[in-house]
Amino acid sequence: MREHSKSSPLGIHALTVAYHRKPVLWDIDLDIPAGSIVGIIGPNGAGKSTLLKACLGLVPAASGRVTVFGKPYETQRALVGYVPQRESVDWDFPVSVFDVVMMGTYGRLGWLRRAGSAERERAHAALESVGISEYAHRQIGQLSGGQQQRVFLARALAQEARLYLMDEPFASVDAATEQAIVGVLRKMRGEGRTALVVHHDLESASAYFDWVVLLNTRVIAAGPTHEVMTHAHLRETYGGRLTLLDEAGERLQGAQRG
Amino acid sequence: MIGLDYNTLVVAGASALLGTAGGLAGTLMLLRKRALMGDALGHATLPGIAVAYLASLALGGSGKEVWALMLGAGAGGLAGVVGVAAIRRIARVSEDTAMAIVLGSFFGLGAALLTVIQASPQGNQAGLSTFVTGHAASMVRSDLDLAMAVALVCILVVLALSKELRLLCFDEPFAKAIGRSTKCLDALVLLVVTGVVIAGLQAVGLILILALLVIPAATARLLTDRFGAMLVIAAALGAASGIGGTIASSLGPSLPTGPCIVVVAAAIFAAALLVAPRNGLIARAAGGRL
Repeated sequence: MREHSKSSPLGIHALTVAYHRKPVLWDIDLDIPAGSIVGIIGPNGAGKSTLLKACLGLVPAASGRVTVFGKPYETQRALVGYVPQRESVDWDFPVSVFDVVMMGTYGRLGWLRRAGSAERERAHAALESVGISEYAHRQIGQLSGGQQQRVFLARALAQEARLYLMDEPFASVDAATEQAIVGVLRKMRGEGRTALVVHHDLESASAYFDWVVLLNTRVIAAGPTHEVMTHAHLRETYGGRLTLLDEAGERLQGAQRG
Repeated sequence: MIGLDYNTLVVAGASALLGTAGGLAGTLMLLRKRALMGDALGHATLPGIAVAYLASLALGGSGKEVWALMLGAGAGGLAGVVGVAAIRRIARVSEDTAMAIVLGSFFGLGAALLTVIQASPQGNQAGLSTFVTGHAASMVRSDLDLAMAVALVCILVVLALSKELRLLCFDEPFAKAIGRSTKCLDALVLLVVTGVVIAGLQAVGLILILALLVIPAATARLLTDRFGAMLVIAAALGAASGIGGTIASSLGPSLPTGPCIVVVAAAIFAAALLVAPRNGLIARAAGGRL
């Protein structure tokens, strides 16, 4: 087994996850570098979301373990922030935008203790930094998809974590939200924090991420973006599907030229 | 003037407390998307009651020990909920299918046992059938005490754990990720719902108890967009239905209290459908969103 660095925000050690005895993630071994924005990229069903959920203990691992700054996740929860997929909750739920962002402060508060002014300030600051302060008192269902995504981001910011796990934050958001998310990610990096971002768009990947993990059940390649995002690696990750994309792209270009 | 004698006060008080508890527990159940859990739980109490009665007789009791019957009801109800979870997992069917299987089979078993019991010499005096449709007029001080205890537990749970319960209902994976035991919280929700079902057996019966859990909560959701407000409104509407139903039933010589409570709750819901601030029919018509 490989040596893992203790300073790594997230160390994944020989992790295998299976659903109904079928492997979804196979022998994942990763050390995520500190202070970087890391993209997890792969086709649908590659296990990208499952990887985040396994790190958070939301799905059981068949084998292997996960460490956060060298220690088991269970003892380091306060250092980890989570942005689930937007579709994972019911946006008709009777809460305000502010209520949801406040949930980010619950982790440190613990059971029974009520949120005070310090927590409220943190929530307001988080809303401010994603640019949706004016919607604080709206019911969450009255927001657009992009704004809802920013609510989840603000909730994660209110967690004041060192490592963030984000599940498809860029999925079907407007341009303003995309820019807001990129701004937040870069600010995090400037503060030495680390973000692990599940992403599906190959085009924007090189612009957003310092580091990339290409995933399809197993890790195809992981490292600095320019080293990893090669044609050969992408072909191996996406299999035949990328070839189809290539052909479609070429045909489209040909048609435009003709 | 309606005769406000001691018995009427006991019935009205117990019904109001039951309504309060039902509103609180029902709101949690509804927001956790388990509205039908109350139905499976309610119907599954019947075989529990019947078995408790038979066990009491076998052990030399009278079969009328209320605590034993309530214990049986609670055990039957919880067995039903566990049954739903087990069938879902093992048979890999959807939740509503598992619910229908449990609801039907448990109630069927209960009805069969009940018929056998009632055909026996001492059985027809046992009064077990009142648990099916309820018999609020026969409520006594101990029923009031039970309703009060259940309402108190519901209020304490909601006050102490409102932020945990809100998080559980809105985003369970996030709650788990920050280290909350969602199993414990779900067990707590199940506990308060079971408490309401048991306390409601005497007043509205095991079939109509679902209405007391669901209707005030659904009405409250129409009237507010906030979790805390929904709990308070549901509790208040539940209490109002309890009192309103008791008064309504006293207007006619043979009007049953339990069904009257449910009808009053439904009438309030219908009114809310019309006048609710944003989603009411009138507001929708005014906004051209019909």
